[in-house]
Order: sequence, then C-alpha cells, then structure tokens
Amino acid sequence: MLGKYLRVCSALALFLILVSQSAAQAVCDDTLGCIEVEPDEPIVVGAMLVVSGAINYLGEDTLGGIELALLARDYTLLDREIELVLEDSLCTAEGGQVAAQRLAADPTVAGAIGTNCSSAAQGAMPIISEAGMVMIAPSNTSPSLTNDDIASGGSHLPGYFRTSQNGLIEGMRLAEFAMHALGAESLATVHDGDPYTEGLASAVAATFADLEGAVVFEGAVNKGDTDMASILTEIAVHQPDVIYVPLFEPESNFFAAQMQHIIGLEDTIIIGGAASFSSGFPENTGQAAVGIYVSGPLVSGEAYDKVLAQWNEEYGSDPPSGYHAHAYDATNVLLDALESVALFQDDGSILFGRQALRDAVADTEDYPGLTGRLTCREDSPFAGDCSPGTALAVFEITEAEVFDDNWPPPVAWNFAVDTFE
Amino acid sequence: MQPMFKWKTDDFSWVDFTIDVLRVIIVLGVVIGAWNTLSSGRISFAQWVNLFAAGLSQGSIYALIALGYTLVYGILLMINFAHGEVFMAGAFSTVFLAEALNRTGFLNAQPLLAILLMIAFAGLVSMSVAILLERIAYRPLRGSPRLVPLITAIGAAFFLQYTFRGLYGSGFKAYPGVHALQGAIEIGGISIPVVQVFVFCAALFLMLCLYWLVERTRIGKAMRAVSENKEVARLMGIDIDWVIMFTFGVGGFLAGSAGVINGLFRPQGVNFYMGFIPGIKAFTAAVLGGIGNIPGAMLGGLFLGVIEAIGPNLVLAGLGIPGANQLKDVIAFTMLVLVLIFRPQGILGERLSETKA
Repeated sequence: MLGKYLRVCSALALFLILVSQSAAQAVCDDTLGCIEVEPDEPIVVGAMLVVSGAINYLGEDTLGGIELALLARDYTLLDREIELVLEDSLCTAEGGQVAAQRLAADPTVAGAIGTNCSSAAQGAMPIISEAGMVMIAPSNTSPSLTNDDIASGGSHLPGYFRTSQNGLIEGMRLAEFAMHALGAESLATVHDGDPYTEGLASAVAATFADLEGAVVFEGAVNKGDTDMASILTEIAVHQPDVIYVPLFEPESNFFAAQMQHIIGLEDTIIIGGAASFSSGFPENTGQAAVGIYVSGPLVSGEAYDKVLAQWNEEYGSDPPSGYHAHAYDATNVLLDALESVALFQDDGSILFGRQALRDAVADTEDYPGLTGRLTCREDSPFAGDCSPGTALAVFEITEAEVFDDNWPPPVAWNFAVDTFE
Repeated sequence: MQPMFKWKTDDFSWVDFTIDVLRVIIVLGVVIGAWNTLSSGRISFAQWVNLFAAGLSQGSIYALIALGYTLVYGILLMINFAHGEVFMAGAFSTVFLAEALNRTGFLNAQPLLAILLMIAFAGLVSMSVAILLERIAYRPLRGSPRLVPLITAIGAAFFLQYTFRGLYGSGFKAYPGVHALQGAIEIGGISIPVVQVFVFCAALFLMLCLYWLVERTRIGKAMRAVSENKEVARLMGIDIDWVIMFTFGVGGFLAGSAGVINGLFRPQGVNFYMGFIPGIKAFTAAVLGGIGNIPGAMLGGLFLGVIEAIGPNLVLAGLGIPGANQLKDVIAFTMLVLVLIFRPQGILGERLSETKA
C-alpha cells in the first residue's frame, strides 16, 4: 500500500517538475539564460570604473556621462527604476577582475559600462563573458580587446563592446598627423607594457613605417619609473623628430619634464596619448609641457552642448576628461538594447535573454550618439567596436593650460574636419 | 683582507670556486659591455656627464635617506623598514606648503628662504613621524628577538602609507617649479642643470652637518657611546632612551629634507606610495657603504645613484641587452646581492663583532 502511494507521489512530483521546467523554458529560451527582474525590483546596471588611484579623474568623467544618460531617462526603464552599481576596477587587470567578479556574482545585474583602462578590461572581460553578460567600455582603446585572433595577441571574447575608438584607428591617424602635419621623418615610441600604451605605440609605429617614415626607436619604461634619463639618452642617440609617448601619469610627467635636460632632443616633439589628456598633466609637468601635443576625444554638436550644459548644472564644473560622451553613448546603447529584448511576464517580472541582449548590442547600427553614428562591428580586429572613430583630435598644450588652469587646450588637428593634402 | 682568488688546491671548495667564477663573469661582463658602448661612440661625452650628474643628484638623495637607516642600525641594530615612509611623510606634507608658497608668489620671489622653510617643515613632519614610530612601535619591543621589530617596521610602513593616503588622497601631486633652479650651468661646453647642482650641494651640506653633529658635539658623543655599548653608556649617566629618540629624530629630519630636495629634483609623482622604492634603494645604499657607518651610507648612496644612472647605457646596452633602461632597478639590487656575497661588511664597513652582528 505504502509502495503504491510512494510511486504515485513520485510520479506526481516528476510531472510537476517537468511541467514547471517546460513552463520556464517556454518563457526563457535564451541559450545563455535570462536576467530576471522581479516585480517592483529595479533594473540594475553595473559600472566598472577607476574610482581610486592616479587617474580617478577618468572614472569621475565617465561616471558623470553614465549618470547624465540615466538622468535623461529619469532613472527609469520599462517603468522600472534603474539602479546603478559602481565597482572600482582601478587601472589594472586585477582591479578589473575583482570588479567583474562582483558584478557577475549578482544575477540581477543586466549589463555593465566599463572599464576605463584596457588593462582592467583584460581582467574583466573573461569573467563578464563567461557569466553571459555584456560590457560596453567607454574609454578602452587597446587593439587587442577587439581582436579575435589569439595567435596575434587578440583577447576579444563575446559580450565585449566599446564606444571609444580602436587604438589602430587612433594610431593610424596620429602617425599621419606626425608625418603630414608636423613634417616628421623619424619617430620613436615609448610605452609602459600596459595593453593600452603598447597597443597604441605599436599602431603608431606600424602606420608610420607604412607611410615610409623611419621608426628609429621602440622602447618601454616600467610603471613607477621616475628616472627617464637613461631611455631619453638612448632615444637621443637616434635623434627622432617625434617621440610618441602614450604613457599614464606620473610617468608621462617625468618623461616630459626630464626631456628638457637631454642633449640631442632639443628639437624633438612629444605626442602624448589620451592617458595624458587631463588638466593634471600640464599642471604636474610644468613649463616642460608647453608645446606637447596630446591626442584626445573631441565631441561637438548640439546634442553634446546640451549634455555639457547639463553637466555644468549637475556638477558645477567642466568634465575632468573627454570620455563622458562615450560613456553617455555606451549607457544609451545598453539601455536601448535592454528595452528591445525585454520579455514581460504575467507575474509582473521582466526577463532579459543574455544572448539576445548581446545580439541586440551587436546589431546596433547607425545609432545617433553624441560621438557620432555608432555601428557595432563583428569583424576582427574590430569585433565589438561601435565607435565611428571620428570624435578624435590632437591638442597642443600652451602656457594657458600650465599656468592659468585653462582646459581643454586648443585643437591642433581635428580628424573629423581637417584633412591631409 | 681576503685574497681575490684562492688557488691553493688543499683549500679547494666548490662554493669558493663558483664565487670566483662569478666574479670573473661579472668583471668580464662589465668590461665587455663598457668597451662595446664606449668604442661605438653612440653616446657623446656631454651626454655621459649629464647622466653622471643626474646620478650624483639622485645618489645624494639616496644618501640622505640611507643615513637614517644607518643611524638607527648603528644604535639599535635594527633595520627600520618604515624609514621610506618617513621620507614620504615629509615630502607629501610639504607639497601643500610648496603649492601655497607658489600661489602667493613667495616661492619665486624668495626662493632660498622658501626652500629653507620647506626643508624645515618637511624635516619637522618626518622627525615627528620617526619619533612617534620609535616611541609607539619600537621602544616597547626593545630587547625582544630581532625579528620582532623588523616585522613591526614592515607593518608600520604599511600603516604610514595608508594613513597618508587617508589624509591626502591617492592622487599624484607635484612640486611647483622654482624659477631660480631652472636653466643650466655651462662648464667647458657641457651644460649641467642648475637644479642638479643645487640638489647635490644641499644634500652634501646636510651630510656634513650630520657628520659634525656626530663627531663634534656632546650629543653626538652620546650617540656614539650608546652605539658602542648601551649598558656602559647608561652607567656613564647617558639617558639611553633620549639618545635613541634623538637619533630617530635626526634620521627623520634628514629623510624629510631629502623629500623636499627630491621634490625639487623630480617634482612629479608625489603620493602616498612614493617612499617605498627610494626607501629600499637607500637601504641598499646603506648596505653598500657599510651599514652603521655614516660616511659609508653617504658613499653608498652616491655610488648607487651613479651606477643606476650610467649602468644601463654603459654596460647593459653594450652587452646588447634589450630594454636596458628597464633594468635600472635590477642593477641596484644586483649590487646589493654582490655586496652581500663578496663584501658583506660593505665598502667602508668593518666586520662586526659577535655581539653586534
């Protein structure tokens, strides 16, 4: 009697399990699973940014961009409140790893904006990708991040996108600027082993060589180095017309400041990267910063002016760097993608298919952003690149930036407008 | 004095043989590298002088910090690994004073007075930190096994780093430029930056002051007495605790001064972590010169600074080693290892007696 009773109970339990599973599958048939937002719960958006450390201004800048994008929607999406969860990814692979682990451990996080640094993205990307999530970086430029080919140094994984320009494009343009605008015939490059600086230095050197310029020196410094006399003396042996130095602060400060004492480099021009595109660079470098060119984002247009005015209203100052517009665009791309894949359930909850979300971001085409019209590409080495690559300029630092707190510096070359003969 | 090589077969040991082979390899490497570089003529004489002058300036900063290590070791036989952070405390605190002096225009109107003010302020901050460190962290552990204060010093270093990070933030600051120290001095067609000459002279002056203090004053005599034998010094009526505290204070003052001088020499990169590497380098300099020996620390610092500055371009580049400039720290720490292997007592040091070793 008892045996029969148990058999019936077991069959009933099995039936209920199968029914419930088939019901769930019918709702979420996404190959990577779904993000479920319970009724009355907010939609959670993650951010992995530099909160502490020497370049926290970049984190502040992009966080402002994200917040303004959310504010433009009244922090509401699909009639739900949007909650922003901020993690400090620092500017290291380890920092990116920790930030990504924290976000991946929370099943309610719908997607992430970040990281700021390419090195942090190297740490975060495998975790975000493995968790079936989406990350859209507003200021990564390392070419390896969107390159699928591991054999050639690529590290791209599904789920990674960025709205900042690829270093290959930036490198190509800066090499052209050095050769055609500055008239340089020889070039030296210096990086610090970071994927961002190394990627840019390689891209500039490769394009400069393709343009039949002479790449006379390719070297590196260690992060934390304060004495640049040794490498500067070695560079002076080759007497390049231009040195491309996409280093972070304070190494870029030391490099520029010590170059003025090196015999043989009196007429050499420095071009810095976007890592030095902050008001702190001329301030900390001093007089030696005058005449240095730095590449950085340049965004213009009516929509951008409105955002900038709103920034001033919200924060009472100018943005500390130039990637807030990229962060604004990244946030909007993510939110629009979430909107397009949302599945409303009878109980009031919302499901977002993880693969569907990735596909929706990847399908972004001709999206009207502040930085131009964004189209996400799938072809390596641009897999995940959404930037139109036009919001880029070279700025020349003058005494006004060093002594009068003027920022940003005057534009020396606007790649969206100026053309080489 | 040990012979350079031991050829006697009855004394043969593989350890000695390996060390002798190592000596030959190192000497050959240095000679071949230097010969290749100098014979190629890639770097001009003026550029070598520039590197040497920069090395001398950097070395004089190492020397000032190294004196703190050596003073404390001489008197307590302990390595104060928090001394790099004592240097940071003065340098980091004074950057705000320097900014204020610059804003008011005083820095460039009265540069010498402003620099003296900055040195005095940094010295006082670092001295206070060093004295507090001794009183709170080290004095209660006096008499305990030598490993205990050593571990405490490492802990204190981290404590100081994160305390100053909490106080001043994690961002980088920079000392403002002093107009009077810009430009270069021309000597026989070779130009040496004024700031480097100033740094070297200021550091040398402070070192000579210390030497005078230790050798020519009553408190210096007491320091030497405590260093020699604490118990006998106590019997002679010397207040041991006060002398030890004074020694920490003097070492701290020199470290703080080094912080400002470093700020004039390389103004950028002032942050809570800035003391770690100079601290380790200064320790290396103190060991190079002979730890516990004041002229040894000075010489060790200058030697290390110069070797670091010219070594990569002279030796490593000559041996065809790529990225020679990135191996600057390797040169410094290789020097430390070599000294520990071949001359453990350092350049000017003497073999310590059993009680002091």
